[in-house]
Amino acid sequence: MDDTHRIEGRAAAIRIDNLDTDQIMPKQFLRGIDKMGLAAGLLHDLRFDAAGRPRPGFVLNQPGGAPVRILLGGANFGCGSSREHAVWGLQQYGIEAVIAPGFGEIFYSNAMNNRLLLVMLPQDDIDRLMADADEPVSANIRIDVDRMTVRSASVDAAFTLTPRHRRMLLEGMDVIGLSLTYQAQIDAFAAAHWARHPWLKDVPALTRRRLDDPKRPV
Amino acid sequence: MQTDSRPRTLYRKLVDSHAVAVLDEQNVLLFCDLHLLNEYTSPQAFAGLEEQGRGVPMPGQNVAVVSHIIPTHPVRLRIIADAPSALQASNLKRNCDRHGIALFDTNDPLQGIEHVVAPEHGMIRPGMVVICGDSHTTTYGALGALGFGIGTSEVEHVLATQTLVYRLARDMRVRVDGVLPAGTTAKDLILMIIGRIGAHGARGFVVEFCGSAIDALSVEARFTLCNMAVEAGARGALVAPDARAIDYVLARAPDMAGPIRDAALEHWATLRSDREASFDVEHVFDGREVAPHVTWGTSPDQVLPITGSVPHADRQRDDAARRSAAQALHYARLMPGAPIAGTPVQHVFIGSCTNGRIEDLRAAADVVRGRHVAPGVRAMVVPGSGAVKAQAEREGLSQLFLDAGFEWRQPGCSMCLAMNDDVLADGVRCASTTNRNFEGRQGRGAITHLMSPAMAAAAAVTGVITDVRELETNRG
Repeated sequence: MDDTHRIEGRAAAIRIDNLDTDQIMPKQFLRGIDKMGLAAGLLHDLRFDAAGRPRPGFVLNQPGGAPVRILLGGANFGCGSSREHAVWGLQQYGIEAVIAPGFGEIFYSNAMNNRLLLVMLPQDDIDRLMADADEPVSANIRIDVDRMTVRSASVDAAFTLTPRHRRMLLEGMDVIGLSLTYQAQIDAFAAAHWARHPWLKDVPALTRRRLDDPKRPV
Repeated sequence: MQTDSRPRTLYRKLVDSHAVAVLDEQNVLLFCDLHLLNEYTSPQAFAGLEEQGRGVPMPGQNVAVVSHIIPTHPVRLRIIADAPSALQASNLKRNCDRHGIALFDTNDPLQGIEHVVAPEHGMIRPGMVVICGDSHTTTYGALGALGFGIGTSEVEHVLATQTLVYRLARDMRVRVDGVLPAGTTAKDLILMIIGRIGAHGARGFVVEFCGSAIDALSVEARFTLCNMAVEAGARGALVAPDARAIDYVLARAPDMAGPIRDAALEHWATLRSDREASFDVEHVFDGREVAPHVTWGTSPDQVLPITGSVPHADRQRDDAARRSAAQALHYARLMPGAPIAGTPVQHVFIGSCTNGRIEDLRAAADVVRGRHVAPGVRAMVVPGSGAVKAQAEREGLSQLFLDAGFEWRQPGCSMCLAMNDDVLADGVRCASTTNRNFEGRQGRGAITHLMSPAMAAAAAVTGVITDVRELETNRG
């Protein structure tokens, strides 16, 4: 089985509800024009103290064992800012899946667009997965994307994905390329839309032109 | 796409009227009337287009603003000293020039926060779909436009196709009747609502606000309301456009005259939920119960009326809430059981896409007039845009703030997310008119208390979190 169909590895529990994308990828890592270097910023203030030293109590800093591949999060994981840098940073760090009771909506779409698997499970399952992850002997979790199951030492759970998201994860669709196959329909739609609602055509361009007119009344 | 006569919500009407194609049961290809771009969530999208050899087919529907990284020091010529941030700004200009996209650049006198600039020049119109790589795009629901935030992959998609693969949301209605009491604002109302329904209480929903309390709000107050709906997890917020919303747009859109205006008015009259339309969830609040609200924790739903006391973590409803509250209390360095009023602040920030408009500055000025910033407090006003700044200067508000000991800064997002050099130090407590009190949002270890502009002004002049209703306001 191809490794996009199965994600297996050490899991780490982060017991924080509403873990927002500001915390997942703080502001100082958002100043690039590319996607590089974001592993360093991932969960920065949780991983490092103010002097930049690793905080030994944080789960990702605990020594020994394999690299963490799967995060177990609290409710509303990834809420807040739309910054896709949060998803890029998780992936650059080596995270292949996040399992939580729920996710911020924009974060969810961002993750799907980057093929970062997000699994929603009930709180009871998450609690047991977290308990397993806390013990090195049972910290391994296996996710089968094809069959949509999660297995750990004490959990055997099924999850759901929309057919579209499942395809995006398994096949890596070129979403823009597919939408461009609708180009003729988009053009026809726009022509009819603007014929009906001419006040919606080129609004920013025309506004910019109006504001640039030196004779504009202030 | 629906052509039958089943009753529909305003949200469904907006989706249906912008659906180029139905892709599957959950997704449509949604046409985007206006796409806003900023310097920090668009670079990788433009780069992606270039890698694929794709262009921007409808550049006239796009507009870019330098807003997040820009310094706000009170100097005329604005120079971005931080090299990576300067590169983000110059890169945005390069991308806009290359693709023919309108830009509000660093030293444009009309530069500002994207969500302040776009509506104030009449670019946001009822019935539009407005998309931006910024979560606070929900703001535009105030004018009956469906606005929502997206990530950078989707920014690239909108640039390349002027559409988005859009997953349908569910319908929620929030009704608020009754007049908001004196001393309270839309900010207090939305903080109260977020506190009641929770930080993910509206997740998956587009929220339509209605009721007499909403009808009575100014358009700028409705911007504040819809702006923060995303802090309850909402995928959009809407207020059906009424005469007030229409007047706001027409006053700012001189192209809308004659027959175009008449046709628009006719269309805008249809932009309301049908009487029989059903909502998946409904909430009802009493506007008369709204008090000034202040957040105490690190999530916008950790909020209290100003008369309340800091909660006890062990009295929360479940394990998760107890854990969150304990963590937030530790971070915010607050004592459970202590009244929130009287908590000393060292910083006051008035600005942001939530509360950086002229009415916000007037409300703050009414509190500040005749008073002075308290000793030991650093207070700053960052207008939402160059136009807001100029208006405030014409009205004498800038001088009033300066005379009272405030800093009067250049426009930008500034300390709302502290992406520029407006960053708070560890342990500094800030009364802030912004939208997020997340850990570290305004600086590592900095503590944010969200509140209205009048409440922030009251904190500035007293040095402590204060019930503004106990201060006499002095209207100019």
